[in-house]
Amino acid sequence: MITCPIFFCAYIKAMVKIIYIEHNGKEHVAEVQNGLTVMEGAVQNDIPGIDADCGGSMSCATCHVYVKEDWYDKLPKKEMGEDDMLDQAYEPNSNSRLSCQISVSDDLDGLKVHIPEKQV
Amino acid sequence: MIKTDAVIVGAGPTGLFCAHQLGIIGLTCEIVDNLDKIGGQCIELYPDKPIYDIPAVPKCTGEELTNNLIEQIKPFKFNFHLNDRVQEIINENGNWIVKTTNGKKFKTPNVVIAGGVGSFEPRKFPTKSAEKFDGTSVLYSIKDKTIFKDKFVAIFGGGDSALDWAIELSNISKVSLIHRRDEFRGAPASVQKIKELSKKNIINLFTKYSIKDVKGNGSLEEVEIKNEEGESKILKADYVLGFFGLIMQLGPIAEWGLNLDKKAIPVNTENFETNKKGIFAIGDICTYPGKLKLILSGFHEGALAARGCFKYARPNEKYRFEFTTASNTIKDRLGVK
Ligand SMILES: Cc1cc2nc3c(=O)[nH]c(=O)nc-3n(C[C@H](O)[C@H](O)[C@H](O)COP(=O)(O)OP(=O)(O)OC[C@H]3O[C@@H](n4cnc5c(N)ncnc54)[C@H](O)[C@@H]3O)c2cc1C
Ligand code: FES
Repeated sequence: MITCPIFFCAYIKAMVKIIYIEHNGKEHVAEVQNGLTVMEGAVQNDIPGIDADCGGSMSCATCHVYVKEDWYDKLPKKEMGEDDMLDQAYEPNSNSRLSCQISVSDDLDGLKVHIPEKQV
Repeated sequence: MIKTDAVIVGAGPTGLFCAHQLGIIGLTCEIVDNLDKIGGQCIELYPDKPIYDIPAVPKCTGEELTNNLIEQIKPFKFNFHLNDRVQEIINENGNWIVKTTNGKKFKTPNVVIAGGVGSFEPRKFPTKSAEKFDGTSVLYSIKDKTIFKDKFVAIFGGGDSALDWAIELSNISKVSLIHRRDEFRGAPASVQKIKELSKKNIINLFTKYSIKDVKGNGSLEEVEIKNEEGESKILKADYVLGFFGLIMQLGPIAEWGLNLDKKAIPVNTENFETNKKGIFAIGDICTYPGKLKLILSGFHEGALAARGCFKYARPNEKYRFEFTTASNTIKDRLGVK
């Protein structure tokens, strides 16, 4: 794969479908580039409800989303500090994640994330 | 009433460097920040993290950057007004009257908003009913701990503030500590201490619980907590304390009649003036085509806004461009030979 530049470029540029669901149930389907975060996908596509005040540096908890069990276990595991930051989020629960910490990959094609009622 | 050439709203890196630029061109300023310390996001969010993209500084932490900026403006002896929020800006005969939460008043031709993503405010409980008791029995910071003597106090949170206050107040009050999970992010020694106090029944510890409701007729009487299984408990409480860290909130800036684009203020890139004459916006709070939310961009924006301020502060003088290396006037201002 690495030896074939054309294929490699096509591979890393691939788009992944992410479904953002607002608190009122409104769905937004976005094509997000592989390697970006779920937060970046929301910002690029003007999806309301993900503020991302700190620009993805895991210091604001305003990119908080809920991920239901079926998808939750497929996500990359939380790194150190994410749970600490989630303590400060608006109504966190055991389905909570920071969307700036979820990198989009092919495995996540069709991922559904639920946006909280508010971030603050 | 304090008279000055410019009031800077926000003591983050952008506000600090703008103050430097005002000083260099011979103007005065007063700097107000809601935080209890100087440095904005750099000091509040990442004092120990190294920054790698400050021009000519290969690596420095948020705290080092802040200290250097403070050092750089020392010669001008500008006043800082910390722990105070700029609340209102009113136009009075071409000048701006700037009022703060603590009742300070400034009269100035120029206001430079360097407010970042907003002022740092404590995160509050999501429960609507908590608003009714906000500031009386639902508190997010402690000024006078003697009010808790012999009272029932419910403390929410898992960081150092929550743990330290739970330990401290357990000496004089009946403390419950409630946190949404089993792990705490506070210092290990404090976590240990909390567990000991809980074993001895000095502190009531509830993990995996969060707030559901607060109740009381007139004064607060009880707090209801719930877990994810939907079970709830009612705790007697005279006070409810929440320690969930700080969040940046646009707050009063949204009420000053400025154009807003999402949470940012559109400016022109000639002098970073907003839609109001004499009000400038620089740093993370401003937006224009191509805006980068970087410290280095904030520095540039501050330099140009300072020149913009000159026009209104010295209407009868012409601004003269000078280098710091060459100008004796500037060297005098800096107190160097
Ligand atoms: C974790 C992290 C890492 C970062 N890393 C980098 C990096 O490597 N390089 C880089 O260039 N940038 C980085 N940034 C971004 C950088 O910190 C910001 O761009 C910068 O702090 C913006 O400066 P500012 O002065 O505009 O605003 P801020 O630093 O946000 O300061 C604004 C200040 O204004 C105060 N304020 C707001 N409203 C009011 C009011 N009404 N009254 C009184 N005070 C008020 C606030 O309390 C605050 O202290 C990082 C940010 C974070 C969170
Ligand atoms: S964007 Fe701030 S924590 Fe994710």
